Amino acid sequence: MNRMALRNVVNTQTVALVGVLLLNWVLFPGFFRIEWQDGRLFGSLIDVLNRGAPVAILAIGMTPVIATKGVDLSVGAVMAMAGAVAASLVVAGYPAWIAVSGALALGLACGIWNGILVALLDIQPIIATLVLMVAGRGIAQLVTEGSIVTFSDPTLVFIGTGSFLGFPMPVVIAFALMVLVTLAVRKTAIGLFIEAVGVNRSAATLAGIRSRLLLIVVYSISGLCAATAGIIVAGDIRGADANNAGLWLELDAILAAVIGGASLLGGRFSIPMSVVGALIIQAMNTGILVSGFPPEFNLVVKAGMITLILMIQSPLAGHILGWFGRGKRGAA
Amino acid sequence: MNRSLRPLLATVVIFAIAYAAAVMQFPALFSTRVLGNFLTDNAFLGIAAVGMTVVIISGGIDLSVGAVIGFTGVLVAVLVTWLGVHPLLAFAIAFVVAAAFGAAMGLVIHYLEVPAFIVTLAGMFLARGGASVITQDSVPIDHPFYKMITSLYFRLPGGGRLTFLGLTMIAVFIIGAILVHRTRFGSYVYALGGNTTSASLMGVPVARTTILIYMLSSVLACLAGIVFSLYTSAGYPLAAVGVELDAIGAVVIGGTLLTGGYGFVFGTFVGVMLLGLVQTYIIFDGTLSSWWTKIVIGFLLFLFIVLQRLVFAASAQGDKAPGRA
Repeated sequence: MNRMALRNVVNTQTVALVGVLLLNWVLFPGFFRIEWQDGRLFGSLIDVLNRGAPVAILAIGMTPVIATKGVDLSVGAVMAMAGAVAASLVVAGYPAWIAVSGALALGLACGIWNGILVALLDIQPIIATLVLMVAGRGIAQLVTEGSIVTFSDPTLVFIGTGSFLGFPMPVVIAFALMVLVTLAVRKTAIGLFIEAVGVNRSAATLAGIRSRLLLIVVYSISGLCAATAGIIVAGDIRGADANNAGLWLELDAILAAVIGGASLLGGRFSIPMSVVGALIIQAMNTGILVSGFPPEFNLVVKAGMITLILMIQSPLAGHILGWFGRGKRGAA
Repeated sequence: MNRSLRPLLATVVIFAIAYAAAVMQFPALFSTRVLGNFLTDNAFLGIAAVGMTVVIISGGIDLSVGAVIGFTGVLVAVLVTWLGVHPLLAFAIAFVVAAAFGAAMGLVIHYLEVPAFIVTLAGMFLARGGASVITQDSVPIDHPFYKMITSLYFRLPGGGRLTFLGLTMIAVFIIGAILVHRTRFGSYVYALGGNTTSASLMGVPVARTTILIYMLSSVLACLAGIVFSLYTSAGYPLAAVGVELDAIGAVVIGGTLLTGGYGFVFGTFVGVMLLGLVQTYIIFDGTLSSWWTKIVIGFLLFLFIVLQRLVFAASAQGDKAPGRA
């Protein structure tokens, strides 16, 4: 039983994360130092968690979508819209809880819209969510009227920069969401349904799964997660930047899910591993920054990493590895 | 009326109506000046969109075109301005690099059996990152050859200018249309988009065709990058961010099916013109802010996707598999 639990924790993703962190430690000896100051933890490691939280939250929503053989390209634009709505509501004098619920409601609405396009109109997910990806940022700019709306509402700022039990608030929110969604999909049959729809939607429907409703729910969760990330990012910079909030983060979220072992062909996913994937991406970003390379170098490293993962995951590598495995067994 | 031509017809009709409505409001829009600028301003987008059309007809997608445009601009600018290479030689080097880049993506897509979406995403990161590693600033290009090319144009009646860049785009569209609709390679592309397995069983060289398709897309993106660098007389690593989305949008609006196996190069031309019309209209209006462009393009995308669903749902009862134009 203990060995089973250990096997669940020790796998390619966690080994890779530890490897990247150790590499950072070699490049920057103070990397693992964590200090307690003013009632919260400080240190590079905490920074990785904190900066990685928005992508982790997006990845939590993106992973079930990818597991249904879909993809949600609109999350970055939804982040921008949610931030814009929250900021504008607060600036207009509404209390913070209305601003937050307004932003979350918008995320939910965007998710339902995507879900309807995919589930009811049978449009390919890439294209269905492309509509909102293109239009969403325009709508966000419409809400902020083209400027960066700044605010100083204590609650929103707390969501972005506050701390709870010593941990930064974004980390706490991301962790809570991870636990919540993981329990929801793994302790009920929903996870199995999602995988079934991802492997073969018509077969799943014939087997009695209400795949249309399921798809709408899955895209709604993604929209909600994106809105949450949008509120956090807006709270962090105390303003809503419709142009740059969440720009290209949809790609990071997809990458995190793929690193986490989710198959883009659907049917296989793990929420905690996607979160680990998001942390790997952030640890690499931080590593590149502390080692003095220009931040643009990031993109090249990311490209190399995707290629490596693709090679490992590809059927061809499976054949080669299987061949080696057979060879070994034959020799033994 | 051939049923399979309906989405194309819808695009043309919508463009005609939109243009007529715009002209009713601003009569100045109906002039060769505006039309000439349409072609020049959208030349790079149109060229990239031809490559995207071929990729999408084959059932794939290429997210790297915007990054390749940016990379080409930087490469050419660095070669010409810093190293003193003649622009024509710099263009040749850029084409070779782009062709190798596209071939590598095609190889990975075919042999590693990875979705094109994620491979070209990696390609996008690589090209954009590579450009940023070379330089992070905008590198100006000040070469007599550039001045000569940008000053080439035909004067149209009414004062409009048909520039070399605009003519290049039209030439690419014509060659692209012949390639897709009238050659063996073109029918292979349609066959792949229809069904890869049956295409392979019918003897289509799947590996070679896939690699050629992505090479073509990267080479055209490279040409678009050269045109863009001629247009702006500079190379900038963050140039043309998001052009892949505009190109995909133009292809979809032009009536090409994203599931592959069906589409027209001419439709993409109308799609590019429609996107150009939206931008020009918003500039003419003056009171609408630039973000309306994105909202309108998003709405147009939605409209055409739904339209395609309806047309194909209606024709599915009749003759399935509309085939080539």
